[in-house]
Amino acid sequence: MMTYDHIYDVIVVGAGHAGCEAALAAARMGCGTMLLTINLDAIALMSCNPSIGGLAKGHLVKEIDALGGEMAKNIDATGIQFRILNTKKGPAVRASRAQADKQLYRLRMKRVLEQQTNLDLKQGEVTALYLEGGELRGVELRSGIRYLSKTVVITTGTFMRGLIHIGLNHYPGGRAGDQPSVGLSDQLRTLGFHVGRLKTGTPARLDSRSIDFSQLETQFGDDPPLPFSFSTDRISMQQIPCHIAYTNQRSHDIIRSGLDRSPLYSGVIEGVGPRYCPSIEDKVVRFPDKDRHQTFIEPEGLDTIEVYPSGMSTSLPIDIQIAFYRSIVGLERVEIMRPAYAIEYDYVDPIQLHTSLETKTLRNLYHAGQINGTSGYEEAAGQGLIAGINAALRVKGRDPLVLTRSQAYIGVMIDDLVTLGTKEPYRMFTSRAEYRLLLREDNADLRLRETGYQLGLVTEQEFVLFAEKRRMITEELDRIAVTRLRHSESQLEVLARHGLEDIQKGTTLEHLLKRSDVCYADLADLDPVSRETPAVIREQVEIQIKYKGYIDRQMEQVEQSKKLETARIPKNLDYASVKSLTTEVREKLSKNRPDTLGQASRIPGVTPAAISILSIALKSSSWKETAE
Amino acid sequence: MYIRDTIAAVSTPPGNGGIGIIRVSGDQAAAVGHTIFKPVYDGGLVSHRFSFGAIRDTATGEKVDEAMAVYMRAPRSYTREDVLELHCHGGWLVVERVLALVLSCGVRLADPGEFTRRAFLNGRIDLVQAEAVMDIIASKSESALQLAQKQREGALSRRIEDVRGCLLRALALVEAYIDFPEDDLGATDAEAIQAAVGEAQGIIDALLLTFEEGRVIRDGVSVLIVGKPNAGKSSLLNRLLNENRAIVTHIPGTTRDIIEETVTFDGLSVRLLDTAGIRHTDDLVEQEGINRALDKIPQADLILAVFDASREFSHEDQLILDAVSGRRTIAVLNKTDLPRRLVLPDEERFVALVKIAALSGDGVDLLKKTVCSQFLHSTAADSREFVALSRARHRDALVSAEQFLSQFSNGLPECNLELLALDLRSALQAVGSVTGQTATDEVLDLIFSSFCIGK
Ligand SMILES: Cc1cc2nc3c(=O)[nH]c(=O)nc-3n(C[C@H](O)[C@H](O)[C@H](O)COP(=O)(O)OP(=O)(O)OC[C@H]3O[C@@H](n4cnc5c(N)ncnc54)[C@H](O)[C@@H]3O)c2cc1C
Repeated sequence: MMTYDHIYDVIVVGAGHAGCEAALAAARMGCGTMLLTINLDAIALMSCNPSIGGLAKGHLVKEIDALGGEMAKNIDATGIQFRILNTKKGPAVRASRAQADKQLYRLRMKRVLEQQTNLDLKQGEVTALYLEGGELRGVELRSGIRYLSKTVVITTGTFMRGLIHIGLNHYPGGRAGDQPSVGLSDQLRTLGFHVGRLKTGTPARLDSRSIDFSQLETQFGDDPPLPFSFSTDRISMQQIPCHIAYTNQRSHDIIRSGLDRSPLYSGVIEGVGPRYCPSIEDKVVRFPDKDRHQTFIEPEGLDTIEVYPSGMSTSLPIDIQIAFYRSIVGLERVEIMRPAYAIEYDYVDPIQLHTSLETKTLRNLYHAGQINGTSGYEEAAGQGLIAGINAALRVKGRDPLVLTRSQAYIGVMIDDLVTLGTKEPYRMFTSRAEYRLLLREDNADLRLRETGYQLGLVTEQEFVLFAEKRRMITEELDRIAVTRLRHSESQLEVLARHGLEDIQKGTTLEHLLKRSDVCYADLADLDPVSRETPAVIREQVEIQIKYKGYIDRQMEQVEQSKKLETARIPKNLDYASVKSLTTEVREKLSKNRPDTLGQASRIPGVTPAAISILSIALKSSSWKETAE
Repeated sequence: MYIRDTIAAVSTPPGNGGIGIIRVSGDQAAAVGHTIFKPVYDGGLVSHRFSFGAIRDTATGEKVDEAMAVYMRAPRSYTREDVLELHCHGGWLVVERVLALVLSCGVRLADPGEFTRRAFLNGRIDLVQAEAVMDIIASKSESALQLAQKQREGALSRRIEDVRGCLLRALALVEAYIDFPEDDLGATDAEAIQAAVGEAQGIIDALLLTFEEGRVIRDGVSVLIVGKPNAGKSSLLNRLLNENRAIVTHIPGTTRDIIEETVTFDGLSVRLLDTAGIRHTDDLVEQEGINRALDKIPQADLILAVFDASREFSHEDQLILDAVSGRRTIAVLNKTDLPRRLVLPDEERFVALVKIAALSGDGVDLLKKTVCSQFLHSTAADSREFVALSRARHRDALVSAEQFLSQFSNGLPECNLELLALDLRSALQAVGSVTGQTATDEVLDLIFSSFCIGK
């Protein structure tokens, strides 16, 4: 094996959504970085749905952007339909979603990587980590070359020992059309990692020329489309619609007739699949009373005839697939361009990670993305960003960046993963965030921009813009708190017009805005200064005033939990010696090895009593000696 | 810090019972056994086996008592620590001597409830059960004991679980509509959400109603007897006592004492307070006694106002009416065996009116029943399902859950789902704090099993 004569700071394995963010972050932070991937033509390829965002996922994308990641900018530049979901609900649960031009998305990301200083981009399959005396030194490739580095970030997605299923046929593959990664997960297992198996699936890609769109509902995006990135002014891509179709009883009968040849139901597939992303056969079997299932026919790009029928993933044999898709109204003559399939792959239990995403088992090794048992591009990108940042911080000898559960969805996700591990593919939901009202898309920059800037990921220019926005919000909040109604003739007239005669003279604008029947636009009528306030400032002021009571309540909860969240548990704590713990709790804690008492309290089966015992044990002097 | 030293205490009630048990818990339990207990059959102490033998004073070698000993190795013991129990026969003095011997082995005397606290800390029992055991230890009457035992069996925990179940169901409905707007779930099912919350509120309300009753059963009630001199208070008191061999304690004071005595009516522990007769007087000492009686009125759970039914309503009777105004009072008409002369004004002000003849005892049983019925309303008290909240902590948790739920109901018409979810979560957390449970992934599990999710 030949050893390349350069020592990188950071090597990232895999140029999927996690790997791209990891490599960009490390390089932007000034580390000599190499990104290695099996196929340079499949960088940031969307393996499944051609879309970014959605509930909780949109939140992740905005957080990635606030921290200085690339995903939001990439979708803004290549998105062909943008929508805000839940517009009728409160600001905390509104989320952005966009259809991507899949090829453009991939190509733009590749170009960004290519233009990044400090970053080498190379094609190759990593078959093993290279260790010297038990310490991580680099990686080895199938081509016979060894690259050296101080840290390694693994983001291999669905590729490790990937096995593709179509009916009872199956063959190795990392994703349709791509080689699997073989060898790496075996080595990880011998190094002491718990390697498990998960499964996911994707629908067929259909030929849009064979679909009768006149039979389908049309769904347009928002006009004007609103961008993801805090740095994007406007979307300039051409926008196109999606279409909605439905299955029917006949579709379900066809599916049932193929179950005996389903790898899922015949037990060929061992991996656990996601419950929130079931295959169509799963839906039909588990909800037999539902007489139809909805599908969005999503375009894969502007320049292609390929379309993606969402929610219709399956691993049924190809003849059933053809008959089933054709049973849908409007799709009677549809041609399948790429068949649907399921894929099984190796993942590494994230319980073996610190909150920095460094593995507990091997120092300087970081895992991010689907290898940690998650699914979804946004989840992967969020982890990739954090892993890249922390690998770089390690190289610089600095403390890792750990986002808390009250700071970011990224923090919630990583805490969930490393505290609880996962037995099924993990996806983000807003319901996972106990401080949901604080973690909004609209305030992601207020939460995280400063952090991104300090890390060196947010440019000076971007930060100046942000600081100005922040200043204006504070100023406007201060101003309306002291600006009072004088009941001038014109004000009285406006109040009467809005049916607000009961408002007293001397009421502050802030007080007025708290009322559910008053919005910021009404203020503008009453007060010439408000009229000049830019829209983004208006939005923030309005949200912060209207939801103040609830936001304060959540802040209080955050405050209460601080004691547990900041109580660190020594890495080498010997749980066996904390005798008063039950055997069950002791086993759980020894396995999970939580970093803080807060984490420990979230492990199922760890009772409040056990937490009191632990906190007492931590306070006793005997433990101080063994603390780091 | 949770100190893991070895503790010991007498675990049977004080007094000259048949057997006195000394319990030792902690690492040194076995060592204590080896030091002071000599089994008849030499084979040492085998875990979870009784052995017969003698307890000897280690200093003098003198045999203190014949006893049974049982050693229970951790974790199969009440505290989940090593436990030694010594069952002595020789009466209270001997028990105290044995305890002293145990303590001389370097063992500490346990604080009240410390065994249970350890059982809780070691995860042997949950919070509600731990508190229930504490109540058993301190229970003052038969009912209190039953209530405590039922709680211990987890009856309260089960009801709390029911409440959590309802709230989780409601939350799953709310969360599904938040997180899956693009899944074809139909319109928000406000009715189903309200129904689940309503069910939870129903259980919480029922539990809160039992709080007063639970407290009464646990702590007992105080009943103050007032009346003018010679209305028959003393004979009534004697009647109430004769049939119940109560422990009598005199609170010493002036000639006009308040006499306090504890009795049990139908399982309800009652503290009877007899007072000086109330009337106008110039006697300073007597006036002092009357003032004391009047001072007690606001503190009593119930007042028995005794009137002489054979006499006309007097201004002294009026004094009493004035004194008890606004308080929960039963009018007791005494001497009803004589021709009735009394006309009592405003009879409606009393929660009940009972006719007795204290001398013969007629009506006294009815009076007792009436007293009980003031506190133990539910016939459910007899049924197996009866669950009472007897802890202020439980009540506070449920009251706060209740508040979140009414906030929730107020907000339901506006349908701000994320705010509704916050109220539901806060309520769940409050309810969970009764049993020490925290919500985990349960909501997601419910969503995926009830809705077909997945774009
Ligand atoms: C069939 C299928 C169905 C899916 N369905 C869904 C879904 O329904 N919902 C959803 O949210 N997500 C779904 N996904 C998952 C989504 O694609 C991933 O979650 C996301 O892409 C993960 O990002 P990643 O960066 O971790 O890995 P990936 O995007 O998979 O990227 C991994 C990269 O690593 C490279 N690589 C792998 N091994 C090596 C190696 N040894 N050496 C060098 N390079 C290597 C690969 O070439 C690839 O570029 C699906 C994926 C597949 C394949």
